[in-house]
Amino acid sequence: MKSIAELEEIRKKTLEKISLRTNADGIRVVVGMATCGIAAGARPVMNAFVEEINKRSLNNVSVSMTGCIGVCKLEPVVEVIDKDGNKTTYVKMTAEKAARVVVEHIVNGQVCLDLTIGAVEK
Amino acid sequence: MHLYRAHVLVCAGTGCTSSNSVKVMEEMNTLLLANKLDKEVQIVKTGCFGLCAEGPIVVVYPEGAMYTRVEVSDVKEIVEEHLLKGRIVKRLLAGEKEAEDISKSLEGVDFFKRQTRIALRNCGLINPENIDEYIAFDGYKALEKVLTEMKPEEVIDVMKQSGLRGRGGAGFPTGLKWSFAAQQVNDVKYVCCNADEGDPGAFMDRSVLEGDPHSLIEAMAIAGYAIGSSQGFVYVRAEYPIAVKRLQIAIEQAKEYGLLGDNILGTGFKFDLEIRLGAGAFVCGEETALMTSIEGHRGEPRPRPPFPAVKGLWQKPSILNNVETYANIPVIILKGAEWFSSIGTEKSKGTKVFAIGGKINNTGLVEVPMGTTLREVVYDIGGGIPKGKKFKAAQMGGPSGGCVPAEHLDIPIDYDSLLSIGAMMGSGGLIVMDEDTCMVDIAKFFLEFTVDESCGKCPPCRIGTKRMLEILTRITEGKGEEGDIEKLEELAKNIKTAALCGLGQTAPNPILSTIRYFRDEYEAHIKDKKCTAGVCTAMLQYTIDAAKCKSCGLCAKVCPMNCISGEKKVPYVIDQAKCAKCGACVEKCPFKAISKI
Repeated sequence: MKSIAELEEIRKKTLEKISLRTNADGIRVVVGMATCGIAAGARPVMNAFVEEINKRSLNNVSVSMTGCIGVCKLEPVVEVIDKDGNKTTYVKMTAEKAARVVVEHIVNGQVCLDLTIGAVEK
Repeated sequence: MHLYRAHVLVCAGTGCTSSNSVKVMEEMNTLLLANKLDKEVQIVKTGCFGLCAEGPIVVVYPEGAMYTRVEVSDVKEIVEEHLLKGRIVKRLLAGEKEAEDISKSLEGVDFFKRQTRIALRNCGLINPENIDEYIAFDGYKALEKVLTEMKPEEVIDVMKQSGLRGRGGAGFPTGLKWSFAAQQVNDVKYVCCNADEGDPGAFMDRSVLEGDPHSLIEAMAIAGYAIGSSQGFVYVRAEYPIAVKRLQIAIEQAKEYGLLGDNILGTGFKFDLEIRLGAGAFVCGEETALMTSIEGHRGEPRPRPPFPAVKGLWQKPSILNNVETYANIPVIILKGAEWFSSIGTEKSKGTKVFAIGGKINNTGLVEVPMGTTLREVVYDIGGGIPKGKKFKAAQMGGPSGGCVPAEHLDIPIDYDSLLSIGAMMGSGGLIVMDEDTCMVDIAKFFLEFTVDESCGKCPPCRIGTKRMLEILTRITEGKGEEGDIEKLEELAKNIKTAALCGLGQTAPNPILSTIRYFRDEYEAHIKDKKCTAGVCTAMLQYTIDAAKCKSCGLCAKVCPMNCISGEKKVPYVIDQAKCAKCGACVEKCPFKAISKI
């Protein structure tokens, strides 16, 4: 028999699993997954995001994909959109850089400036 | 635990299953594996989304993109374009497909925007075969709350204050019904659920069972606690196989988690649930007949009082509520009576689920606050009448209800307003009729249903409805006589007062309401032998306009009775004596020379 505490545990765990059906106000990570993105290695980047977010049980973060953002030479491109709609565009991403973005930006709110499109284009 | 980046929700309700959603799901599975997406994308089987006319429905999260009429051949595109490349497949999106501004999310579609979903809150969102998902959306939290924080009387008080009335038909206050049963001193009491839904065109209860069976289980346990019962029965018709299977799975899961059985959640409360299958007889939805059927006897009603709350199932105090009523209860417990009673009208609180069908663009399932007007339901949510035809009437409340004509389109939908114009909320069937519907024919249709389904126990229902049907049949055959309308009215009055159960008492309603609003149609049938809507074939005549006829002979070729004749340069004619009035010639004629009068 399950106790009330156990039910609460199930509730929490399952909500995390299905959070992408529920949260509208969390942080969104959008990975460019057009042909150019995929060719440049966007899939491992996206998987890294999913894995890191999972590892830290961040249930207000969703990872989704989008088409070509337009700067194919800078792919893989990843955009992080916060609750207020502010957008940060990261370019030339790798799985390692993804892990850093999760820790520094998503968890601690510090944008990884050196990875953003502004820094790379300079 | 594995996290997925996308969820693909596939509707597995009866509507979508019959339009092949199972095959769509299988294809999705195969293609996800083939594209190595199975670790990233999860397929979730859900209950009815409500937009049955557009099924099979597939919703992809996190975007919330809602794809409609998805065929097996479309799945490849969804997988390759959307799931692999992240490009939403616009041509499959819900909404006006040609329009520029396509809504890509479920919530953005007009059909959903105007709804308030309480009873249907989880339908189309969770996997009904997974108890954990129900728990995640606050499932069984209301049961926790009543068992640990509330006394049975407090639960009943909340129900009373919420103003919840039965959603099965008559609209009796739920809290009051519970309090009657709670007052009885007896070691054994029963909690019953009516899932026998038999109204033509109604499928609200089926959808809740298919989409969110745990909400019923939780609510029945709460009811058991409130009235002091440890045993419940769900009476569901065997014609609902998917619903029965999902409910069985849900009951097993609840037992496994200790949410049914002895000592629930360690509180000492005991409650168990069993399913009883009905053979699909309309009368078995009437409360005393339903209980007689659960007992193993032929399902016939018995006089009340004593009411079931005093002597019900096996002569023990029992309550009976329908599925939709129960589905509201966990939310009321969690959010409170005040929240619930703030929705709806003064005497009708909360929301009501309607199964809308007939001549309407969005056939399906909708839930709206009480007091929403019929016009909003038909035009804003239902998308209006197809082919630009005119709204004639809406039949509400099934065989117990009546027709609401166009002049009452702005009536707020609540129990009392509907009664005041001769219709009824009933269980929530809403059949829309356009100008091509003959109201005498509609009354006949509902009466045929009643005559078929009458259990035969009491003469007013058994004989009276049969006599009314005979008169109606005569009228539609063009053999109506002066005084027929009055005869129908008199019979109706007598059946209403003398029938044993609610079904007999309400059986004349479709006739009375059509006479009330469409008396001229009855009179046209009787006096002028004319069916203005062009439905009653006995009074129709197909004729060929000699001026328009080009003697092509296509009509003669297609006529199954070989009753059209003519030759080159001579207009064709129909032999009225032989004509079967099938209308095949009208469709075939390229010059629109044939008309029905």
